[in-house]
Amino acid sequence: MILGLSIGPEYYLALSALLFTIGAGGLLVRRNPLVMFMCIELMLNAANLAFISFGKEMGDLGGQLSVLFVLVVAAAEVVIGLAIVVAVMRRRPKASVDEVSVLRG
Amino acid sequence: MTNLVWLIPGLPLIGFTLLLLFGRRLGEPQAGWLATATVSGSFLAAVAVFFGLATKPPEERVYEITLFEWIPSGELSIGLGFLADPLSITMALFVTGVGALIHMYAIGYMHGDPKFSKFFLYLNLFVFAMLMLVLGDNLLITFLGWEGVGACSYFLISFWHEEPANATAGKKAFVTNRVGDWGFMVAMFLLFFNIGSLKYSDIFSSVIEADALTQTTATGIVAMLFIGAAGKSAQFPLYLWLPDAMAGPTPVSALIHAATMVTSGVYLLTRMNPVLAEAAGWSIDMIWIIGLFTALFAATAAIAQNDIKKVLAYSTVSQLGFMFVAVGSGLYVAAIFHMITHAFFKALLFLGAGSVIHGMHHEQDMRKYGALRKVMPITAFTFIIGWLAIAGIPPFSGFWSKDEVLLAAWNENKIAWAMLLIAAIMTAFYMSRLVFMTFFGEKKWCISEHGEAESDEEQTETEIETEADSDTEDDDKHEVTPHESPIVMWLPLVILSGLAAVAGLLNLPFSYDTKHLEHWLEPILFGNEVHVTASGQTKWILAIVAIVGATTGVLAAAFVYLKNRSLARQIEHPVLEEAWRFDSTVSNFMGGPGQKSFEATTLFDQKIIDGAVNGVGKVTQRISTRMRSLQTGLIRSYALGMFIGAVAVIAYFVSRMGF
Amino acid sequence: MEAVTFFLAAIISLAGACGVVFLRNPVHAALSLVATLFGVAIHFINLEAYFVAAVQVIVYAGAIVILFLFVIMLLGVDRAESIKTDPIIGQRQIAILAVGGILALGALIGVAFSGDVTGVPPENAQKSTYEGGTAINSDHVHAGDDVRPDQNIKDIGRALFSTRYVFALEITALLLTIGVVGAVVLTRRPKGELDPLPDDDPPSIYRDNENSSDLESTLSEETDPSDETAADESGKDTSEETGVSGE
Repeated sequence: MILGLSIGPEYYLALSALLFTIGAGGLLVRRNPLVMFMCIELMLNAANLAFISFGKEMGDLGGQLSVLFVLVVAAAEVVIGLAIVVAVMRRRPKASVDEVSVLRG
Repeated sequence: MTNLVWLIPGLPLIGFTLLLLFGRRLGEPQAGWLATATVSGSFLAAVAVFFGLATKPPEERVYEITLFEWIPSGELSIGLGFLADPLSITMALFVTGVGALIHMYAIGYMHGDPKFSKFFLYLNLFVFAMLMLVLGDNLLITFLGWEGVGACSYFLISFWHEEPANATAGKKAFVTNRVGDWGFMVAMFLLFFNIGSLKYSDIFSSVIEADALTQTTATGIVAMLFIGAAGKSAQFPLYLWLPDAMAGPTPVSALIHAATMVTSGVYLLTRMNPVLAEAAGWSIDMIWIIGLFTALFAATAAIAQNDIKKVLAYSTVSQLGFMFVAVGSGLYVAAIFHMITHAFFKALLFLGAGSVIHGMHHEQDMRKYGALRKVMPITAFTFIIGWLAIAGIPPFSGFWSKDEVLLAAWNENKIAWAMLLIAAIMTAFYMSRLVFMTFFGEKKWCISEHGEAESDEEQTETEIETEADSDTEDDDKHEVTPHESPIVMWLPLVILSGLAAVAGLLNLPFSYDTKHLEHWLEPILFGNEVHVTASGQTKWILAIVAIVGATTGVLAAAFVYLKNRSLARQIEHPVLEEAWRFDSTVSNFMGGPGQKSFEATTLFDQKIIDGAVNGVGKVTQRISTRMRSLQTGLIRSYALGMFIGAVAVIAYFVSRMGF
Repeated sequence: MEAVTFFLAAIISLAGACGVVFLRNPVHAALSLVATLFGVAIHFINLEAYFVAAVQVIVYAGAIVILFLFVIMLLGVDRAESIKTDPIIGQRQIAILAVGGILALGALIGVAFSGDVTGVPPENAQKSTYEGGTAINSDHVHAGDDVRPDQNIKDIGRALFSTRYVFALEITALLLTIGVVGAVVLTRRPKGELDPLPDDDPPSIYRDNENSSDLESTLSEETDPSDETAADESGKDTSEETGVSGE
């Protein structure tokens, strides 16, 4: 039964939405900065999945190209983000993100 | 050669900059010579520009140069430009010429002063500002110079600010001048509002050709300009600062408060003569009435002063009144003529007085002078020339210019002429009194025997060799060692006395051809010069009356102060000495009810105006103190905020889809 | 067949995602992230995006996750973290609401447009196959109906360097360079003693300090003691070592 099921874009979009919400929920709930970054990666992946499934549906290669750009941006973001985490953790080794809150009003 | 005009104010500015940077290192007397050199250089530049203009036909004697655009702002476009025309070059010539001589004099006068180089720094800055005032091609540059000379005047009056009285005098001059500056500024606003330009050439062409000003606005502008001129040129009731300004060093009094700065009001009104021509008659009459009143008023006050510089100060106020009478009567040439001769003889008198003060170890009370001609022959000789010039004895310069002014008054109003003649007679009287008390009569001092320095109030200045002993008021004799001044001081006196003697040649009234100044100034007056209607015969009679009056004044003074001293007490009434108590009345009013009302307005300002402003701030502050707690610094709450926002945006678009 | 791969990969990626969120040890979280990335890569292959799938595995799983692990090891933060309660008052409740809201809205859209999720393809985006080797002269690049893996790579290469995307490509190059420089600058150890970060009271919506702010304190009561203290100690050691060796 499952074998005969034709998988349209709506399946991928639903999966993408689930992945995105899981990532978003993790971002909001977790306090370890590294894990929060991972959750961001999850959300980016969800977006990538949506891009590619739309691209396939529309027959446009732009979806795949966008994913490539997203990948590059994600890589750059992770590099900078991790550098910041390293810089902060050096001075306060056991910090959760909640403790780095001196920039508040 | 007219394109050298920027050099005229440029050189004193360079001198100022050099003194600012290296003044202290240069020290005495190099700093003084540097300052003198720059002003002399600008005098040479002025001479060059003068010849450049003089070689051209009269109608082409205008040279404008804009160095750069200074304030380009919408319709308002102000360039830093200079205007070289007969009037401005005449002013520049005597400002730099007299200025250079006074600079040189000051090298001797300020000898030994700890702030020697600073003095020349200010003096050069003053000359720069004065030349900007004179040479600026628009009202704003003139205003820049106007404020600049005001500031320098303030610096120099309170030059010896260790003495609180000097600092107070400086403040008084500054504050009184602000009243005048207000008038000047309002006049500028009005002109810009009505004409759209502050450039002299634009103003004149639109006023003369396009008739851009209605009589009402022109009257308002003239009234405001006159307030400005009255403040700067010490006319009643804004003259109050000038007698107090004598607290400054004497070269300052000579340069700023006699020869140049105080005449800038006359310059301004002469410069704006096309606007004056448009104004209603009463506002022009106001000018000569105020001038006449000031001339009389100050002359009476000058009679009773005992401080030698105060006499000269009131005399300056009085002579400025003469100039305003001439301006108000429309005889601008007479005003400028009197301004020039006055610059020569009043600078000479001030410098001579400074020489006497210098020789008498900073004693300024004339009652302690007497018979000084024997110990100070050069000072006495030059001073006597200055005295004869201001008293109006022919053939010295003062006679010719004062005669022109008297003629102007005659042309305007016979009563005015009579009153002005009285003022002239009083001028002769009080100047003779000064001379007789200082250089003639019996000496009221004696050679001091103890060469020891004693602390003295006046001893903020230079000489500490043998000291004046002003504490011994009860002693009839005053112990000093009067001496002639050094050459750097008497040389300017000699040059100025020569000028004061012959300056009348500039504008001899005998025939049309001898009126050089009138021909020279003709292009800038646009035919607004009033011509005296009196016949040649009347003129001769008036001149003879003036001579007789002056001689009477001199003889009366000789009678009182050389023969019959007891009469002097009756003349020198204390009310006169306090200048009709006008100053103290103003001070009392301003200190009492005036201050109260100012405090009330201050209260309004603090409670209502500031209250509104601060209230807005306080409300914002309170709200933001509350809002501040939203910025928790917790990254995750920010992320949550973004998500809520995203949900809201999506929800909005979903709702737009029309379920 | 496609359906089988889809559901298998979906299960892998969703399980990995849940692992990232719910596993308390960051090392475990990173490993489950790898699972998700692999799952998504399978989806990409399913969607005929062969090149992107390869890049996904190489760059994401191979580089980025390794970077994560490296930093975790370097800093010694591989300690578990309490996720039962949240120290920020109301954070978790509102987060659940917000996430639920997104899901609900997404579902709403899905229901409303079922069968027509992607809308109508634009005129100029009609599917067009092109043979290998033919040059792309149009700015619009389309994926073919039956794209072979090598064909996909060629298409992407042509498209990336076509006038439409080449500028963006160069910009990403610049971005990467900036990222490298930025990372070097940020992690450079400044000379001299570092000032400690200022300590201050936590914000008012913060529950309280001892409950959760310090990762360590939560370990003893909520996790297996023996395992976690060991991890904790090792973490401490690493941090000290790196602190020394980094000098």
